[in-house]
Formats: sequence, C-alpha cells, structure tokens
Amino acid sequence: MSSTGGPGGPPAGAIHDIGYRHYAGPRLGLGAIRQSLAVHSLRGNFGLGRTARSKVMPGLLLVIMMLPALVIAAIVALTDADKLPVRYPAYAINLQVVVTVFLAAQSPQSVSRDLRFNVISLYFSRPLTRRAYVDAKLAAMSGAVFVLTALPLLLLFGGAMLAGMPLWSNLRGLGVGLVGAAVLAVVLASIGLTVAAFTPRRGIGVAAIVAALLILAAVAGIVQGIARDQGSRAGAGWAGLMSPYSLVDGVRIWLFGGPSATVAGPPGHAGGPVFALVTLALVAGCYALLLVRYRRVTVS
Amino acid sequence: MITTGALTKRYGERVTALSDLTVDFPAGVTGLVGANGAGKSTLIKILLGLLPATSGTASVLDLDVRTEGRAIRELVGYMPEHDCLPPDVTATELVVHLAKMSGLPTTAARERAADTLRHVGLYEERYRAVGGYSTGMRQRVKLAQALVHDPRLVLLDEPTNGLDPAGRDDMLALIRRIGTAFGISVVVTSHLMGELERVCDHVVVIDGGRLMRSAATAEMTGRTEQLTLEVSERSDEVAARLVAAGVSVRPVGSLLELAPVSDETYDLVRDVVADLDAGLVRLARGRHHMLDLFRDGAS
Repeated sequence: MSSTGGPGGPPAGAIHDIGYRHYAGPRLGLGAIRQSLAVHSLRGNFGLGRTARSKVMPGLLLVIMMLPALVIAAIVALTDADKLPVRYPAYAINLQVVVTVFLAAQSPQSVSRDLRFNVISLYFSRPLTRRAYVDAKLAAMSGAVFVLTALPLLLLFGGAMLAGMPLWSNLRGLGVGLVGAAVLAVVLASIGLTVAAFTPRRGIGVAAIVAALLILAAVAGIVQGIARDQGSRAGAGWAGLMSPYSLVDGVRIWLFGGPSATVAGPPGHAGGPVFALVTLALVAGCYALLLVRYRRVTVS
Repeated sequence: MITTGALTKRYGERVTALSDLTVDFPAGVTGLVGANGAGKSTLIKILLGLLPATSGTASVLDLDVRTEGRAIRELVGYMPEHDCLPPDVTATELVVHLAKMSGLPTTAARERAADTLRHVGLYEERYRAVGGYSTGMRQRVKLAQALVHDPRLVLLDEPTNGLDPAGRDDMLALIRRIGTAFGISVVVTSHLMGELERVCDHVVVIDGGRLMRSAATAEMTGRTEQLTLEVSERSDEVAARLVAAGVSVRPVGSLLELAPVSDETYDLVRDVVADLDAGLVRLARGRHHMLDLFRDGAS
C-alpha cells in the first residue's frame, strides 16, 4: 500500500478538480492499431517496456547469438583471411539451440500472458479484431527471430569486408543468409506462437516449444545420419523435412543453391518444391490454428 | 443510448441467457441490476458486438451491434468484471498501450493516460507494476483503461466487486462523476441493488434474462415509500388491525413494514397503537431499497 491514493489513503476519495477534457483529436484505423500492437510486441519480445528481469533472457540470448559472429569477424579481420569459416546461411542452423531457446522463452511471453491474465478481454473490447491481433503478434515474433538471426550475419559481413574479401560474393552470401533468416523467422514464429497460444501456462509453453523443436531437430539429425550411413542420400534429404531448421535450409538450397547446412539437402528435382510446399503448409496451418484459437476466446 | 428489441440469447437448447428483452437505456447513469446469472454480462457482450444474439435487435449509439461492432467499440469503453491486468507492467504503460489500441496516436495516448489515471485517483503508484496493487487500485486501472479513449459511453461490469465499503463509496462517487462532470453516459451493472440507487438516474432490473423493470431511479424508489413500525408488544394484533384497515403489512423480523404511506397511515398507526396499548418503539419513514424491489419483482 502506498501512502497516497488507494482505498484508505488520504486523497483517494477526494475529488480533484482537474476538469475533464474531451478528446477531439484523430482516431486511427485498424491498420495503425495493428501496427502499433506489432511494434509494442516486438519491443516486448526483447523485454523493452517491461521489467528489468524480462530483459535478461532475451538480452543474454542475443549476446550469445552475436558472440561467435563477433569472434569470427575479429579473427578474419585481424588475420586477413580470404574466406569466412562459416557460411552465412549455416550460421543460424549451427546455433539453432540458442534460437530455439529464444523462441521458447519469448513466445509465451508474447501470447500466453495475454490469455492467462485475461488481458485479451481488454484488446478485443476495442476496435482491434482477432485476425489483426494474430497478424501483429506473428509479425512481431517473426521480426524478433529475424533480428536475432540476421544481426550476426551483418557482423560476419563486416568482418569479411575488413579482411578485404570480395564484396559481391559476400554480398550475395549475406543476401541469401538474410532471406533464409527471414523464412526461418516466419516458420519459427508460427510454430512458437501456435504452441504458446494453446498453452496458457507459461512454463508449459516454454517446455513444449523447446521439447518440440529440439527433439524434432535431434530426431531429424539422427535419421539423416543413419540414412546417410546406409548409403541413402535421398532418405537423408527427406528426413530434413522433420525439423524446421533443415526444412528452411532445404527451401534456401532450392531457391539459391549451395551446399546443405545440415547432413543433406532436399533430394532430386522434386525435393526442393516439396520442401517449399511443406514450409508454406506449415505456416498456413499454424496461422489457421491461431485464428481458430482466438476466435474461441471469449471476452469476460 | 442503447436500444434493444426482443433481444434473445440462447446457449444451445437449454440455457436462455436473455429472453425477449426490449428496453431503452437513456443517456446519463443507468444501473443494470440483476442477480448473478441474470444475463447482465451476456447483454454487455452483445452490446459490444462480441457475441451474436440468437434473435432480436440491439443498437448502441444508433449503431447496429450485428454489423457495426467495431465502430461501437471505438466509441464505447468497457470495464470487465474479472481481473484482466498483466502484473509486470506499470499502470501508465498499460493504459498508454491500451489507448493506442483504441486508435489514439502516441502523444495523445500518453496525455490521455496521464489525465485519466489522475481522474480515477492513481498518482505516484501509477509508475509501479500493477502486480503489487490492491484490489481498489486494480479496479481504478480497469476503469482508467475504459475511459482513456474518451468514449461516449462506458459499460462497467460489477465495478465495485471485491471492494471494501470505503473503496465502494469511492468507486460509486467516481461513477457518478463520470456521468455528470465528464458527460459520459454510463451503464453500470451490480448484483448489489442498494448501491446503485445512489448513483443512477435510471435503473433497469433483469432476472433470468427477462426485463423486470425499467424506470427512473426517483420514480422507482419514490413509489415504494414505506413506514417501518416497531412496537414493544402485541405486534401481531397491531398488524391484523392495520391490515383490516387496508394497509399492506409485511413483517420483517420484529419490525413491520407498512405501505402505502400517506397522512392517514400515520393517524391510523397512532390510533391502533394507542388503542391496543402496544407501546410504540419506533416509527420511521424510509423507502424500499432496490433489493426489495427486486425481491418483489422476482416473486
């Protein structure tokens, strides 16, 4: 309890004559409201505008994600190396545990919280529609994962330039890496938010997302390894469909070529389009599930 | 402000939340009274365009709830009955954010949030996380978010729930002020009938989803003026004599409630009590509280 205000506090019941003023200014439409929610949520995904404690986890993960890139950039710049030791599109996949933990920590923060504390009632009793809410949250989480996976690539590029590596090949590598990061961000955000929206308890949401992504990645890796050892490159390639990381990497290979960042890329001619279709279906499916989930939410 | 026509809401075959409700809510402060489960919250959700009615019509500020829900929600503020505040943000941050969610630009949202929080009586504590607030403070934050976009009408669902008597009085005074000084129409629900008559210009009573009464507060409580009589002995005989003389008598514990009230009623009571030598302890003029109205209406 504070000494001012609140029931029992001295001035609480007093009428303060600060004359009510009506608002005659502009009222923005749904688009602006959705954008405002997206920006607010994106900031929230990094703990900005929240308590100091909620900044720790995303801040720490961002640092962990950047650190290897920083070290690599420093070493190649100091040694004037003629090639980066890691390819741009492979960086996020090599550090996928960090990305997964970030997604698992921040997705429930983004959506479960609104459901659990019934803040959703305050949103949906406003002009904001359910679809606009889902759109904003997806955009914000995709943006956050993209920031997490794209910033290290910029560091790598900076190191490459300081080392005097060729501009165009690096620019292309960076471009491919950024496109891959963008696709990965949308896929991961869709999965993370969908799981979180169905698990209002934050701890369960975190566990479910970590478990799903890490187990899927591990299983995909193991199956890929076994298939390769059995001499089935195609089997190894198809197994990549199981994990979002190898899935998105497959789409990247199909679009831009280059070696696989996992055990094997999509096999044959059909592989690439199938990986792309599965990616699209996954995102569309998650989106549909989210819309269904939020249509069911009642304002109370 | 609000008009409903034969509004009906059924959940499945068995549960009827609202039944053929036809009522007008005038501008000013209107109380929506009913027991828990009477259909108050259902009505509010229909009025916000969040719940489709099974049949019938409803309009808010001349906007149809079926087709113009979003426009309604721009112009109406809603304070939910249940807890709805995230614990880890300050009241200021929350209310600024929700102002933006109602379409206010950032600068206006900040100004309005600061003003509104002061109006509801939150000062320095608005910079602290909501998680540490008392119930009274939380109710104020909920009220502030309903007012921050300067709505033309606010729907307050059980705003005095969980408050102690002092907090209740503060909240009711604030509601009165919203209706008068702020010039914003208010619909306030409560299952505690007594408290609403102090702040409402008009009262709508519903029970089991049906309209029981809709009238100006003064008219409703005035019509039911009554006398409370207490005698030291022979209470039954006094009652019998009064009934014989055409007065309606209702025993409430050791008291007798008499109606209607006129000059003749006083004379009659004086004569009967003196005649029977019953020993007059108390004769007080009072009025029905809404609780009684509701009890009468429901029976």
